[in-house]
Formats: sequence, structure tokens, C-alpha cells
Amino acid sequence: MIRTENLGKRYGRLDAVAALDLRVAPGQVLALLGPNGAGKTTSMRMIAGFLQPTTGRAMVCGYDVVREPIKARRALGYLPEGAPSYGELSVAEFLAFAARVRGLTGISGARRMDDMIERLQLQPVLAQGIETLSKGYRRRVCLAQALLHDPPVLILDEPTDGLDPNQQREVHALIRGMARDRAIIVSTHALDEVRAACNRVAILAKGRLRAEGTPAELESRSRYHGAVSFRAPASALARELLARQPEIDTVEVDAIDGRTTVFPRDGQDIFQIVVKLLAEQRVRIEELQLERGRLEDVFRQITDEAGAEPAVAA
Amino acid sequence: MSAAASAAGDRMQRGRAFRGVFLRELHGYLITPVAWLFAVIFLLSAGAFTFYLGAFFERGQADLDPFFRFHPWLYLVLVPALAMRLWAEERRSGTLELLLTLPIRPWQAVLAKFLAAWVYIGCALALTFPMWLTVNYLGQPDNGVILASYIGSFLMAGAFLAISECLSVLTRSQVIAFIVAVAVCFLFLLAGDPLVQQPLLALGSGRVADAFADLSLLAHFQAISRGVLDLGDVAYFVLTIVFWLAANVAILDARRGG
Repeated sequence: MIRTENLGKRYGRLDAVAALDLRVAPGQVLALLGPNGAGKTTSMRMIAGFLQPTTGRAMVCGYDVVREPIKARRALGYLPEGAPSYGELSVAEFLAFAARVRGLTGISGARRMDDMIERLQLQPVLAQGIETLSKGYRRRVCLAQALLHDPPVLILDEPTDGLDPNQQREVHALIRGMARDRAIIVSTHALDEVRAACNRVAILAKGRLRAEGTPAELESRSRYHGAVSFRAPASALARELLARQPEIDTVEVDAIDGRTTVFPRDGQDIFQIVVKLLAEQRVRIEELQLERGRLEDVFRQITDEAGAEPAVAA
Repeated sequence: MSAAASAAGDRMQRGRAFRGVFLRELHGYLITPVAWLFAVIFLLSAGAFTFYLGAFFERGQADLDPFFRFHPWLYLVLVPALAMRLWAEERRSGTLELLLTLPIRPWQAVLAKFLAAWVYIGCALALTFPMWLTVNYLGQPDNGVILASYIGSFLMAGAFLAISECLSVLTRSQVIAFIVAVAVCFLFLLAGDPLVQQPLLALGSGRVADAFADLSLLAHFQAISRGVLDLGDVAYFVLTIVFWLAANVAILDARRGG
């Protein structure tokens, strides 16, 4: 559905994006993560056909976005960075423009428009000029434009930026609902969005793809994966004993919330060991958890590694 | 679906996209104050110049020469003002990204914007019809000359518009787009005038100066407004428009590549 091969964009000596190979199948929602300047927006712009790649190519539904731009764009819904729209138009006028350009006319077109207006809750502002709207409404107006023609491929650059938590949840539900038969790429800075709406993750840093997989796969690369954390008052002795176990690597106590995290040595299963030891020591446990791993942790680890490399191509 | 039917569908879809952009642009003129200002100032100053500077009554001749004589100078300021936002605003607000990822070719977007603005200017020009009624009431003018002048005026506005639209794509700033467009339009307006010719001659190239003199918008407009709708003059305006629109498409493409 979406495929990039060796996709790259070079500005002078700077590789904004290099050697990007992505594949997103129908049913997949790929979260594109990365620090600012990692090349997320540039990649999305190339896939959407706005920027011409310097190397490689991007395909949407089998159409090369450079060679067959019209066919590729027809299959594509695109929310550009910053959710731009024509401020002097009203919401209804802007959506009517998008519908006309996409060839959505007559009853079916009107029905699609009503559907989008309802799902994105634009009813109260339909007659209002877009430039008078709040950031959240503007984003939803532009999102409506991207979804209006029911495209099989969606590229959404920060779809929930500027939305309040309720609206974010709505958009996540919308994305999940559409994912069934569509290929979707979403860029975001909010890592909880990944769990809420995405089933694949790709991490970019310095223009290169650094990691890709399901959220669970990436979480398992975290040093927290398989760790056991608990909260228990007066457990100093138990912590000492835990640290001496051969299966256990280190024991850390969070300075702020006092939570203890026990890290396994070489990925060993330590849950039962911790539980047994705490029980033997008669520690009163308030909370106990087997950690899946933390995406934040993996994200930082991967982007820190990339940060050590020079950004400018030789 | 057969290949032929699919190709026909493609054309229809593309036609829709073109029409959509054209109508949006035209609609934009009806709801933005800049466009209304353009129409009002054009009509007011066209009238004022004709009667005061052009001495319409005092000349005692039933023609519209004093009216058309000032059109190049009105367009010089007003057309760049109307066109400055065409691309600069799209670039500033980011809607360029939206526009160029619609199922539309860049040349169609360029042409749709151009045609919408040209139609709007044409409407403003058509609203000067009371002038024509006045001369016909006062005397017996040569209506052929007047018609030719109207056509010439419209073509000249198109040339100014194509130049201004093309220059608007170079910047995000409407002010810069306006100033550069006025300067370039001025240069082409007076290409045959000593003001432009003398520096060129001073640089020592008589042939370049002559060639540039042939590009003078003013000379071609005056030729048409004398009542001779010469094919060469019309072709000059059409080619000027085509050249600047093509340059516009090329710059737009280059920006996406860069």
C-alpha cells in the first residue's frame, strides 16, 4: 500500500532523509517517531508527492508518486504539518472545495461530507471563517479534508497536536476505526498515542530509520523489559537481599515516588524470585508490577545513539 | 474498466480538480477586501484620470483615448496588488502543500489561478461600460477602435498578471512579491522608452536594446488601441502570458525538487 525504497532527500550536504525503506500494509497504522529535525515531515512530504525525492522512490497503492502523481494522490489523504487551510473560507466552503476537487458531488458526496462533519464534530462551526477557529478545530477541519474522499492510504502529520485529551481520544478512535482496510502513517511526539492508535512503530533520527517493529517488540528492547517494580514501605533489607540474587542485575529506587525497580541479569525471568523473596521477608507490598518495557526509554536510547553520529554526509 | 474508459475518467477527474481550484480562487475574490478594493479603485481612478488628466471633455473628440491611455499605469500598480497573494500567501500559510498534493498538475494550478484572476479583472474592466455609453451619447465614436482598445487592455492586464503571478511564487512575503512585480512590470512597460533603452545602449549592445524594445508592453498596447488589432501584437501578449506562466510552473517544480 505504502512502500518506499531507498527514499532520500538531500539539502546541500545535509541528508534530511536517507535510505528510507518503509512498507505499510492495509490494516497497519505506522507511528513515525523521532526528535524534531529527524526527517519525519520530509519523509511524509515525499510520500505525499509534495517534495521530489533526491534518491529512491515512494509508491502509494502501486503508483510511483513522481511518475504517476495524479493516480497516487487520488488514493491518498494527507494532513500536512500545521494543518493548513484557507483561512478566508468558512468550514463548509472549505470542505465543499475539497469535495469538488476530489470529484465528490451529488448525494454521495453530500453524505460523505455530513459523515465527516459528524465524526469530527464540526457542526457548531460550519458557517464560521476558518481563521477565527481555535487550533483544535482547525486541525479537525484539515483532517476532515484528508479523510473526505475515503482514501485507502492516509498520511497524517501530527494529527492530534493542539487537541484536548477528549478530542485526542476521538481522533485515536477514528484512526483505529479506519485502520481495518487502510494503510496509515501517523507522525507524533506523543508516545502514548502509539499505544492508543498504532500497531507499528518506526523511529527516525538524523534522517535514518533506526528501529522498526510492533510497539511490543520495541518495548522489549527497553532495559525495563522483564523488570519488576514495586512499592513497599520499609523494604530496605529486602532490597539488599534482592541485589545479592545471582539472577538480578541491579535494584534502583526512584528518588521521587520511592518506587523500587529490580532489573534482571541477561533477560532472566525474575518475577517469581522477587515475589518469593518479598513474601519471605514479610514486606507489605502496596503495588507490584512486571514491566513490559518503556517506549520512552527505547526512544531515548535509540535517538541518543544516533545523536553521537555526525549529521552531515561526508 | 477498459483503459479508454479509465483515461476518460482521469480526464474528467482532472477537469474537476481544475474547476474546483478555479472556482475557489474566484470565490476568494468575492469574499476578500483586497479584490473589492481593486475593483473600486480601478473604476474610480479610471474615471478620474479620464476626466481630469485626460481632459475628456475639453478635447472635444468622441473617443475613449483619454480613458485607455491610463490603463497601463493603473494596471502597473493594481495588478501586482491583486496577484501578490496568489502564491506568496499559499507558501506562507502552508496551503501550498495542500494544493500541490491534490489530484491536480502544477500547470493546472498555475492556470486556474491565472484564469480566475483574469476573469475578475475582466469583470472590473467590463464595469467601465458607462464610459462607452457616455461617448456614444455625446457623439459618434469609432466603436471598432473602442472594442480593439478593450481587447488590448484586457490582454495587457493578462500580461501584467502572468508576470506578477510568476514572481509571487518566489517569496512568502506579499510585500516583496508586490514590489518586485511592480518593478518588473515597469521594466517591460517601458522597454522601448529611453529610460530603459539608454542604460542598455550605454552597455554597448544595440541589438539587445532593439530586441528588448520589441518587448515593450506599452508599444504593443498603443498599437492595438489605435484600432488595429494586428495579429503580431495579439501574439505578443499571448506569448508573454504563456512564457511567464510556463516560468511559473518551472519555478514551482524547482521549489519542490529543492
